[in-house]
Amino acid sequence: MEKTILIIILGIAALNYLFRVTPLLLLSRIKIPAVGARWLGYVPVAVMAALITPEVFLVGGEPALTLDNKNLLAAIPTFLVAVKTRSLLFTLLAGVASMALLNALG
Amino acid sequence: MIMIDRAQRREQSGMNRKEFQLGVKEALPIVLGYFPLAMAFGVLARASHLSLWQVLAMSLLIYSGSAQFIAVGMLGAGAAPASIIAAIMLVNSRLILLSASLAPHLSRFNATLLSFLAHGLTDETYAVGINRMREKPVNQWYLSGLFLTAHLAWVGGSVAGGMLGTLLGDTQRWGLNFALTAMFISLLILQLKNNITIVVACLAGLLSVVVTCMIGSGWNIIVATVLAATVGVLVEKWKKQS
Repeated sequence: MEKTILIIILGIAALNYLFRVTPLLLLSRIKIPAVGARWLGYVPVAVMAALITPEVFLVGGEPALTLDNKNLLAAIPTFLVAVKTRSLLFTLLAGVASMALLNALG
Repeated sequence: MIMIDRAQRREQSGMNRKEFQLGVKEALPIVLGYFPLAMAFGVLARASHLSLWQVLAMSLLIYSGSAQFIAVGMLGAGAAPASIIAAIMLVNSRLILLSASLAPHLSRFNATLLSFLAHGLTDETYAVGINRMREKPVNQWYLSGLFLTAHLAWVGGSVAGGMLGTLLGDTQRWGLNFALTAMFISLLILQLKNNITIVVACLAGLLSVVVTCMIGSGWNIIVATVLAATVGVLVEKWKKQS
């Protein structure tokens, strides 16, 4: 059991490192064609949006557009503060404070 | 000559220190999210009968929230090692995209430096780093400060959670479980430069939800990103022609 867990940990670690290092080493050494560079330019926006929406709109893998969905409720003031202030600090405070308030309310 | 050299070197090392400190400072929102999340991981892992050393090894070497939570969950359920590794491979294949998108910004760095920095790449450090690169190129000191601080918070949090166990009770009520989502919302807003990026963001967000509902989480980030970025390039081309 001990050994199996160790193998699993090392296997995942090796895989993760390969995922992280290979594109960096290969793509930083070649000249990426213009269309590829433009495509990669859209990756940050797409990744961040794709990370946010399941957290906000789904609960347990199901759509939850209800008042029970605390993440959705907390996301509204967070989004507004983000647009209004464009400040990471204020947005973070708004998000965490909203969530703490929602948790306190029950 | 030597005097000037030394003065220059001192100035250079002062600038490097400033860059490193800037990286540390910009990692603080990540720390706020990582520490409690990593503590939750530590608690859960110990409850699933992993040793403190195994918790430490996972956070140090795997360094990925999604992968570690899945691994602990599947180990607890008695899943086969191969299926655990396959599930995580799927979820973490998005690291390939992050790494690829970072590569053009780091072409000045040598292979040793890239190999060192690569291990610090996560969704969160990527988001903060790429946001800084939008303004100006970054150096290795900034990235080291950012990456090491975030990793330290992750490792520290897991060890703290693993040692304290369930003594802490439910840390969720502090609202910190929303810190990382709030950070991504802020960084996404900062990345929206024009209408095409807004279209790409909306499409990626929608696809991510649809894919998660239909085939479960795992594929959602990579499918949504690849499709939405492709649409972005196509819309850009179409707009130029018209």
